[in-house]
Amino acid sequence: MIVQILQYIAGGLILIGSLFSLLAAVGILRLPDLYTRMHAVSKAGTMGAGLMFIAIAVVSFEGAVILRALAGFVFLFLTMPVSAHLLARSSLMAGYKPSSMTDIKDLDVNELEE
Amino acid sequence: MSGSEFLSLAATISLGVLTFAFLLTTIRIVIGRTLPDRVLALDLLVAIGIAYIAVGAISTGYFLYLDIAISLGLVGFLATVAFARFILHRGKTNREYEVKESDKAKEETAK
Repeated sequence: MIVQILQYIAGGLILIGSLFSLLAAVGILRLPDLYTRMHAVSKAGTMGAGLMFIAIAVVSFEGAVILRALAGFVFLFLTMPVSAHLLARSSLMAGYKPSSMTDIKDLDVNELEE
Repeated sequence: MSGSEFLSLAATISLGVLTFAFLLTTIRIVIGRTLPDRVLALDLLVAIGIAYIAVGAISTGYFLYLDIAISLGLVGFLATVAFARFILHRGKTNREYEVKESDKAKEETAK
């Protein structure tokens, strides 16, 4: 009985995870510039792959596999936002301007051009 | 419908959805316009690949695939970091900065 319930939960998790991945892909295709696309990748993309790890942890019933799945989940949630932030920082330093629709109050974009 | 039937159906559906997401990301890599756009799309492609491997591990029952997913995540992170350093040192190229006509029209309407 409990096995059945856990399998239903895992099925729901992988369906939700794949929808998150699809949302990230639509976002990277439709959003106007690099810095807004980064929201889609670092939030929805991370959630999409992370939910799959949680689904493995739910459905496997082995201690070692559950630990590895949770370690992979934590690793993904630590590295994906860091790499997106690093890419945003270095492309802003390199002079890639945000879209003209972006309204930045704290940063003068024109100062970046040298 | 029993639990294992639902799980295999969900795995099939999510493999289809992930394939569609993969296709959309590939379109962004091809049209790109700038190098950081392509690097970001490759980062998302790695994340979708990890999701693929995880769904494959669930539907086949070989949980050893999990190690491959984790190491793919490590490789993707290191690749993105290396590309970020490369973009920082290279700077932007002039070729990438031709403003499209449609963007100019959008600016006019925004004003």
